Amino acid sequence: MAALKNKSAITVKGSAEIICEYLNFGTNSILFQRGIYPPEDFKNVENYGLQIYMSQNNKIKEFLSSTFCQLKDWLMKQVVNKVALIITNVKTREVMERWDFNVQYVGDVNNPDEKSDKPLKLIQNEIREVLKQIAASVAYLPLLDCLCSFDVQIYTKNDIDLPAEWADAQPADIKNAQCVKLRSFSTNIHKMETAVTYKNDD
Amino acid sequence: MSQFNYINEMNSLLTLDGPLTKGPTPRWQKKCMENSSSVNSTLNSSKQKSITSINASNSKTPNKCIDNDLVRTKKTPKTPKNKSTTPTPNKGAKTPNGADRFIPLRSAAHFELGNFKILHSNDTENLSPTSKEVQRTMYENLHGTDISSQRILSYQHKAPSAPEGFQNPRRVIYTQTKTPASAKSNSRYIPQAPDRILDAPDIIDDYYLNLVDWNASNILAVALGANIYLWNAGTGKIDQLMELSGSDYVCSVSWIQEGDYLAVGTSMGTVELWDCSQIKRLRIMDGHSARVGSLSWNSYILSSGCRSGQIIHHDVRQRNHNVLNVNGHSQEICGLKWSTDGKYLASGGNDNVLNIWPATSGNHTQTQPIYTLTSHQAAVKALAWCPWQPNILASGGGTADRHIRFWNCQTGTCVNAVDTKSQVCALLWSTTYKEIASGHGFANNQLIIWKYPSMVKVTELTGHTARVLHLAVSPDGSTILSAGADETLRLWKCFVKNPIKNKETSQLKGKTSLLKQSIR
Repeated sequence: MAALKNKSAITVKGSAEIICEYLNFGTNSILFQRGIYPPEDFKNVENYGLQIYMSQNNKIKEFLSSTFCQLKDWLMKQVVNKVALIITNVKTREVMERWDFNVQYVGDVNNPDEKSDKPLKLIQNEIREVLKQIAASVAYLPLLDCLCSFDVQIYTKNDIDLPAEWADAQPADIKNAQCVKLRSFSTNIHKMETAVTYKNDD
Repeated sequence: MSQFNYINEMNSLLTLDGPLTKGPTPRWQKKCMENSSSVNSTLNSSKQKSITSINASNSKTPNKCIDNDLVRTKKTPKTPKNKSTTPTPNKGAKTPNGADRFIPLRSAAHFELGNFKILHSNDTENLSPTSKEVQRTMYENLHGTDISSQRILSYQHKAPSAPEGFQNPRRVIYTQTKTPASAKSNSRYIPQAPDRILDAPDIIDDYYLNLVDWNASNILAVALGANIYLWNAGTGKIDQLMELSGSDYVCSVSWIQEGDYLAVGTSMGTVELWDCSQIKRLRIMDGHSARVGSLSWNSYILSSGCRSGQIIHHDVRQRNHNVLNVNGHSQEICGLKWSTDGKYLASGGNDNVLNIWPATSGNHTQTQPIYTLTSHQAAVKALAWCPWQPNILASGGGTADRHIRFWNCQTGTCVNAVDTKSQVCALLWSTTYKEIASGHGFANNQLIIWKYPSMVKVTELTGHTARVLHLAVSPDGSTILSAGADETLRLWKCFVKNPIKNKETSQLKGKTSLLKQSIR
């Protein structure tokens, strides 16, 4: 009986994987929807019952995979507070937009073997709702009318060993900012809140 | 002299609180002395010296009593003398010594610095412990975490930014434009029934062959089994061009761009060249080991694709016709098309690969393709180059793929892809409208006309009872011919020019040419 229950249970590792998968799809979707890279670079992939555009640029893929690989490790150690996707103007270095993915640890923080029995289907439905909102955000976000680049910043706890090829970054604040909170989802181990902050022109 | 006594008295009174009894006289004093001396000089010159010396030594304060009307009239003559008596002025003398007022000097007071100091004094490092604590708790309340116990980390190998000159494609959403131009002309009338139906007995139902071609002098060549027939679309006259013996059959036909020469690929692996005006075979070109299912002309070069996956470029003028052999496919080549500008050759094979070959100066291709595109999941037979954008190629996949894909051959990227839900056997661009026609197999065996680039269906033409194998277009661009596996050829008048629109454009053209003339 117990074994049967554990079959569908989500471990801390599995939960971190779900979070990273969501971030990967979310980031790619943002890069496509906000028009930061040419649409030819993207390929349509079906996931969570949605058509999501994934970048086929090797350098972007490599950057995202190494970032999220490290993030998964940190998520399992529960040291991550927030993941921020920063969109900056290439020429002026001004921060144009910031997507915040706040992480909360909802389960028993001290138990590394904790399991969640929330059905995967339900989590994926929640994720789908958020991804839909991201795709729909084009309706209210201002046009990024300049050459932009992006960066992923991970807000961690202080007592962390800095891995190779990682460095401290400056917080990216936006002047005259406007913030819109999107839906959140939870694996019952990690809770993920998504919000977008953008520069208000008027 | 009484007046001097008075002056002296006044001086002593005024200098009581002033520390400077000796030293250089201020400017305003000097001015006064000047005046007084000038007054005296009118009386006699010997006195003047003594007065100035007294003034200099005692640093007299001004005396308004001395002022009189003569001041202005005689000013200059004595100045050099005065200057010589007073030492060089120093800066301290600028402000009046005796005054009890403080007059601030704006230029000397550093306002900018002061402002800066006031505004930027609250550096975090200089904050008092209490205000630091306030800030920390504020942050904690707002963000739920401690400001000091958090690090922001990022991966150092950053992703590249978009290429220079790239413009946000989302601009379209933000710009207010009326309905796209392609939507309005959707109301064009397209006859749903074929204009004519011709019988094509014994046409081979084989996806990998190319059995129909229509040339510029309005003659349609159709291969039916071992025979090739020429149908003059203007007169309706039918000629038999040739017949192969035994079990051999014709695998492909292709007209040269201009003229009456027809290239014929056979199941023996030979390529024959026929002069159709005289019904005469000109030459036989060998080189292939298996049947030749696809042919394409580029000026005097005839490219042939074989079942072995080999492409041979024949120079039809030369005795040694075999210019180049290239291997780009592992299986039968069923689609072969030179671009309209002769810069690229596209080849599609049964190995699901679409190759784009760049042309060399000899009108044939290089030995390696520039792009090997593997997006199709089935054999790539249907190939068509866009007439108005020479680097856009449309390709269609077989039963397992069912997609029409559009390629930018300069960048090698897939510009657009659309799932047709049916095998794509043939593709044909309209030269009249910005549209593309596709021929399909199971389940509806229909022709679909699409708007390009929106890929909105304009219409579907049904009628064939088996799959549409080949498409050809009439030289005037108005009619397309579809060859079906149901042994019929159907002619569809779907790209007929709008006569009203034509007039307008011709008028417009006349106007522009007039304008050009007047500019010259």
